[in-house]
Amino acid sequence: MTIRNNLTRTLIDIITLIVVSIVFIVPFVFIFLTASKTQAEAAMFEFSLPSQFRLLENLWEVIQFRDYRMVLALWNSFLLTVGSVLLIVILAAGVAFVVQRRNDRMASLVSTLMLTGLIIPPAVVPTIFVLQEIGLYKTLLGLIFVEVSIQLPFAVLILRAFMASIPREIDEAAIIDGSSPWQLFFYVIFPLLRPAIITIVVVSAVVIYNDFTLPLYFLPGSENVTAQLTLFSFISQFSSRWDLLFADVIIITIPPLIMYIFFQREIVAGLTSGAVKG
Amino acid sequence: MTNKNTLPTSRKKKTQPATISRMYSYWFYLPAAIVFGVFFLIPTGLAFYFSLTRWTLFDATFIGLENYEYFFRDPQLLTALRNTFIYAILTSGSKVIISLPLALLLTSGLRLQSFFRSVIFFPVLISAVAVGITFSSLMQPSDGLINLALESIGLPQPDWLGDPDLALYSVIMIDIWKGIGIATLIFIAGITSIPTEYFDAASLEGGAWVKFRHVILPLSRNATFTVILLSFIGGLRTFEIVWTTTRGGPGFASDVLTSVIYKQYQAGFYGLSVAGNVVLFILIMSLVYPLMRFFNRMELEL
Repeated sequence: MTIRNNLTRTLIDIITLIVVSIVFIVPFVFIFLTASKTQAEAAMFEFSLPSQFRLLENLWEVIQFRDYRMVLALWNSFLLTVGSVLLIVILAAGVAFVVQRRNDRMASLVSTLMLTGLIIPPAVVPTIFVLQEIGLYKTLLGLIFVEVSIQLPFAVLILRAFMASIPREIDEAAIIDGSSPWQLFFYVIFPLLRPAIITIVVVSAVVIYNDFTLPLYFLPGSENVTAQLTLFSFISQFSSRWDLLFADVIIITIPPLIMYIFFQREIVAGLTSGAVKG
Repeated sequence: MTNKNTLPTSRKKKTQPATISRMYSYWFYLPAAIVFGVFFLIPTGLAFYFSLTRWTLFDATFIGLENYEYFFRDPQLLTALRNTFIYAILTSGSKVIISLPLALLLTSGLRLQSFFRSVIFFPVLISAVAVGITFSSLMQPSDGLINLALESIGLPQPDWLGDPDLALYSVIMIDIWKGIGIATLIFIAGITSIPTEYFDAASLEGGAWVKFRHVILPLSRNATFTVILLSFIGGLRTFEIVWTTTRGGPGFASDVLTSVIYKQYQAGFYGLSVAGNVVLFILIMSLVYPLMRFFNRMELEL
């Protein structure tokens, strides 16, 4: 009986391995192989080993392309991501702190607004109009504010759920010790929110870094290019350079991959607790 | 109210004493309110106004419901509306059907369990644009990897993204591929949070089927709702994968609301583009709110 069980087990292992490999691993191997080929070979879309291994040359060519545009793009994406995430965490923590602790009419209004923000899509063209009026259209700062306003509801949702697990006695102790509202928030509550903050940092960073739609609308023009848009310019103008296109895919995937490797546990734990409860 | 002796000895349920609520000052809302108000709420409000105008970004002429009339009379725009529905329903449905069994498999103690979990989650990290590009090469009609594989086992080789009858469904498959990781993760979390006593009780009663039917299925209901809601909303708002694989084509066969909104924007029809946006708001609100309420009621009954 146990032998048979073991056998079925192994069989299931093998079948899962085969299916998962075909469906999920082959596309990545394909990216890697194509990025390592010459221009002519890459254009054949074959799933084969390259006759000469040119991965490093291709990566280097992508980086140098149009006066190191890739470097500028990665820098812009870095500023966009870090700036947005910092603002999201600070603003959302403030909102979650008050919304969870108070239960007045204002708190339920704020909750409703956040839920609305989570569900309905942003009105992009009117946002362009607003940005133009205040002089932030086609600027990184403008895009940062837009990304913050879109990601804020998700961050508030996660932080509010987590905030509920921080006992009110902690607040009361701080109040008795004579702390001001800001001291209570920054020195007592904010550090305690750390696990939820890590989740938000990782998830929002990946989402904002990978975002393609909003930079497409809000940052037209080459001086403000972001990492995802470099890819776009390869498709439209150099559709024959599949080798470089996939080398570009590899370059822009490295930052989220590094984040994932560092924070794997926190993402999974935080995302699931937030998502399932929410 | 300013009397210092109002600190109550026993706190009533809902009203907070003044000293406590002073600690949770409305000032904490202010920065978020400014950003959210200026960059989200105001544009959303403006969308309703501008959708009633012929708009050049600089000046707007009021034309009433003309944009909407145009929107609902143009067969291509109606196709986009229908495609948006199909997209949202098929992606959210398939994600549940595929990821629940997958999550069961990945919590059943396979030897390579954690490796599989990472592999399935990996597409989540990659941008939708990169995924779109990769699949447009894999789905090339004559020399793409998928068709070469089909050819080698003697199956017909369709033009995945070029055939008007098929393009939308190919894009949907790509979306499912990219999103299955998160859905599976949510189910895994749901299943692993079930207390083991339930499983023990179920194994006294019978085999794996009892366990699935009477323990896992009902107790991962929350996870199921979360997956359905997230992918349904995501499906209605989809843009990036559609745009990078087909741009709504061939013709208008795989257009969805968001790709129409972008095309009208590019063409300079801002009023019409915003009308598309308002249609999308209304669609999402009128479908998602009842769905949420229904799910909440089901949860209460649990």
